[in-house]
Amino acid sequence: MLMELLRLYHYWVFAMLLMIGFYAVVAKPNLIKKLIGLSLFQAAVFLLYITMGKVDGGTAPIFQPGLVNQVFSNPLPQVLILTAIVVGISTMALGLGIVVRIKEEYGSTEEDVIQEINRRW
Amino acid sequence: MVNWSQHLPVLQVIIPMLCAPLVALLQPRSFAWFAATATSLFAFVIAIMITTGVFAGQDYSYNMGSWPAPYGIELGVDAFSAILLLIVTGASALALLAGRSSLDTDIETDRQPFFYAAWLLALAGMSGILVSADAFNIFVFMEISALASYVLVASGGDRRALPAVFKYLIMGTIGATFYLIGIGLIYLMTGTLNLADMELRIHEVADQKPILVAAGFITIGLALKAAVFPLHMWLPNTYTYAPTIVTVFLAACSTKVSLYLLLRFDFFVFQPNLVNHDIQFSYYLMPLAVLAILIASAVALFEQNLKRMLAYSSVAQIGYIMLGASLVSLTGLTAGIVHMFNHALAKGTLFLAVACLATRIPEFRLSDVSGAARDMPWTMGAFVVGGLSLIGIPGTAGFISKWYLISAALGEGIIGIALVAVIVVSSLMALAYIWRVIEIAYFRTPKNSAVTLREAPPVLLAATWTAALANIYFGLVPSLPVSLSSSAAETLMRHVP
Amino acid sequence: MNASNAILIAIALPCIGAPCIALVGRISANLREAVTLVTAIALIWIVWGMLPELLAGGRPSSLLAEVVPGIEIAFRVEPLGMLFAMLASGLWLINSIYSIGYMRGNREPDQTRFYFFFAIAIASTIGVAFSANLFTLFLFYELLTLSTYPLVAHKRNAKTMRSARVYLGILLTTSIGLLLPAIIWTYRVAGSGDFTPGGVLQGKLEGPAIGLLLGLFIFGIGKAAIMPVHRWLPAVMVAPTPVSALLHAVAVVKAGVFTITKIIIYIFGIDFLAAEPSGAWLLYIAAFTIIAASVVALRQQNLKRLLAYSTIAQLSYVVMATAILKPLAVMGAATHMVSHAFGKITLFFAVGAIYTASKKTEIHELRGIGRRMPWTMAAFTIGAFSMIGVPPTGGFVSKWYIFAGAIEADNYVAIATIILSTVLNAAYFLPILFLVWFAHDESPTAKEHGEAPFAAVLALTITAGLTLALFFFNGPVLELAAQLVRSSP
Repeated sequence: MLMELLRLYHYWVFAMLLMIGFYAVVAKPNLIKKLIGLSLFQAAVFLLYITMGKVDGGTAPIFQPGLVNQVFSNPLPQVLILTAIVVGISTMALGLGIVVRIKEEYGSTEEDVIQEINRRW
Repeated sequence: MVNWSQHLPVLQVIIPMLCAPLVALLQPRSFAWFAATATSLFAFVIAIMITTGVFAGQDYSYNMGSWPAPYGIELGVDAFSAILLLIVTGASALALLAGRSSLDTDIETDRQPFFYAAWLLALAGMSGILVSADAFNIFVFMEISALASYVLVASGGDRRALPAVFKYLIMGTIGATFYLIGIGLIYLMTGTLNLADMELRIHEVADQKPILVAAGFITIGLALKAAVFPLHMWLPNTYTYAPTIVTVFLAACSTKVSLYLLLRFDFFVFQPNLVNHDIQFSYYLMPLAVLAILIASAVALFEQNLKRMLAYSSVAQIGYIMLGASLVSLTGLTAGIVHMFNHALAKGTLFLAVACLATRIPEFRLSDVSGAARDMPWTMGAFVVGGLSLIGIPGTAGFISKWYLISAALGEGIIGIALVAVIVVSSLMALAYIWRVIEIAYFRTPKNSAVTLREAPPVLLAATWTAALANIYFGLVPSLPVSLSSSAAETLMRHVP
Repeated sequence: MNASNAILIAIALPCIGAPCIALVGRISANLREAVTLVTAIALIWIVWGMLPELLAGGRPSSLLAEVVPGIEIAFRVEPLGMLFAMLASGLWLINSIYSIGYMRGNREPDQTRFYFFFAIAIASTIGVAFSANLFTLFLFYELLTLSTYPLVAHKRNAKTMRSARVYLGILLTTSIGLLLPAIIWTYRVAGSGDFTPGGVLQGKLEGPAIGLLLGLFIFGIGKAAIMPVHRWLPAVMVAPTPVSALLHAVAVVKAGVFTITKIIIYIFGIDFLAAEPSGAWLLYIAAFTIIAASVVALRQQNLKRLLAYSTIAQLSYVVMATAILKPLAVMGAATHMVSHAFGKITLFFAVGAIYTASKKTEIHELRGIGRRMPWTMAAFTIGAFSMIGVPPTGGFVSKWYIFAGAIEADNYVAIATIILSTVLNAAYFLPILFLVWFAHDESPTAKEHGEAPFAAVLALTITAGLTLALFFFNGPVLELAAQLVRSSP
């Protein structure tokens, strides 16, 4: 039982990273830290995809003459996640851009300070 | 001879997407506006052509780059996507057509080309979700439309939009990532991303637990993006502080596209495969829908800001759609889908009327619209029509959805009577919050009665009244949305065992 | 012009008239009122032109649109609807004449808006009268509520705003909350909401469910002002008098009792309901409303409020007569709609004329006013006699039939109610008549005044004449009412 759980260690890594990221998003008042959390959150999912593509004993799926009965890893999840990474980077860039604008307008990147300013306004 | 019509689904997405960078380069802004509006209108025409094709029974499955279906990316259009394509492209075209003067007050002139580019990207993304039959492809389109929407919301001059859009971004990304986890798990178990293929292959999977977890992730992720109560926290401020024309666009379609995806995924992939999933679906979503309807309507009742009031009303209306869907019956789904269309009409009209007000009134506290009907009778007239449609007065589009919804609820026995009571009570709450605005606008004396406001610009007004008259037209002759919705509901119900 | 086109034209005519009124209203007030009168006359011509065909047994119908399969916007003229449409179109003309006198005499603002929404309200009323199924009826019923809202709120101050809110609130709450579910329920159970002689629910519903559905309908139709949903009627007394006349005599409350009568006859079916004990409560609640409203009316000091409670009582007469479920009583119900309309519009015109001439609204101020305004007060007297049911007025005819129906049914509750309420009616109208004709005006500061403007006096003389005429020349009305009973086996 224990070995079974340990053998699935990459899922544990995925789950822990996911929860750490999620915790940061929810609990940290600083907007930058929230974004870092969001980034971790997404990275965890990338790991999930990448690990699932691995086939035991498989190599990179590059066809060469003379290869017979060669086991390949599944390349599709990696392709997918390449796209997801691009999406993630765009999100991060936009998020940081918004934080910069917030800093300009409110002079702070702390959530509670911004809320206070909005309430008084 | 090349058969053009089969390429329509891909053109629907590709045209706005390719035009977006071109629009960004166009100067001066009036060219950019013209190009974006023309593109949007063209997309609307394509959507109409697709709809006529769907009525004619044409099969729209399309293999991108001619790669056959489970391996390549498949596009497909049926009645369900057609009705949403009509909503999305129609709302976009009307809002852009109307919005020029309103946007001039909200957005700096030299940044407008970028704004229009982002608009077209959002349009392309939403259309992409609607035509795609590939789960991962849908994720990419979802993020394209989401990123573009964040830009649209943040582009106004109001600084309070920034924290709102930050929240929207965080919640939206979490929702999309949940969806990604869900399809990852399904891929893990089945090795496919094609929706039709998934339906068949999940059946063969012996261990259903990961599928159940995937269903949970996908449902919650999409519910977050669709602002299903209690995951609606991002919505009110986003709608309130976005430029009003953007609110028109988003309120009419963005949440509905996510709802579309939620229903499509659930009914196509999970309902046929998971044991008792229809009961789980009802048990989890019906209470949420009821709470959404009652609580959000109650909040709207006490809200002092006009735009935020309408935003909370949107949360309640999403509840109606969910309520119809959660009955998992033919009439229920028809009611839900028809309400997507009718609510887009009603809320579009209301927000367009608010956009008319916005050209003359800087703020949207209810006290700011005191006596507005004296100087802006046409604007307030359209507001009244939109409001009546929202309440569900006969002769307006909103009534048709109420009729179907009550009809569907009455088919459910004892619990149905309670649901009818909920629908009725919330209609009355809608009456109360809409009439509050009408009384203030018609009966109070203007704050500054010496100043006469001018009526809104004629183009904006014309668009607002087009939407208002559409409410009446589709209230009296609702055959288009009703036949599309019932055929969509039939398609969905075919997958329920 | 064939009859099915005539139906559509009858509804379209005021709808076309309304924008014309709005357009010419900016140019000239005279032109605007001319348009109103011309439209009203044209409407009478069209509506009354259908009468011969109807009397010959024809039932013209017209399908406007099929909204969704099974649910249509369709019209069908039958005796009760014909009676109602003739009443509404005829009284619109008289009311317009009166409005010209009243609105100008009181220098009311926004008169164009008044005439505009008045025309829309009449169009909705004709739509209610001719509707062939529940869906169409509901459509026009709600349109009537909404189009009368601006009329009730005509003065646009805080007080009218509150009253109009009560008006709209009660009517929309009841119609959305109760009537709409009842209608959808009917469609689901019976598969159709068409008004069919003999009803559509026969064999489709049984037991207490019938009583429940009846309750949803009766209290859903807030316009009929059955207690406890009567509160809006006294509240809307703030509106100008022609609007009160519209509400009380021409359109709104009549649309309410019309709808109830039509639903009982054509949806439930008289025999079906008579055989079902769970629907019997309707008669008692109607009887209670009659007595309670009459008692409340006794205590009113404001003339308009008194008339409002009198209306509530008289409406319940119609409902009670229908609920007796006997042919003679149903004939009485149809006739009473007409006689009450003539009588009550006369009373309201008189009250408005008093207000225009002297600004008096309370009963105790009316001492000796009969000498200053003989025409007006003579008409008032005729109206009051009709309310009590004294011959030779229309009220006597309808009460006669209701009474005959009650005796036929051996219904002692109904008989007792009619007798008691006649006594009560006399008790609150006769003191006023005495005050008006025989008391001396002792207040030294009394303002000198004569009759109201000519147009107003003309209108109320006509309606008083009609009230008397209904006693002597009631052939077509009774013939239509008899057809109504015959057509429902």
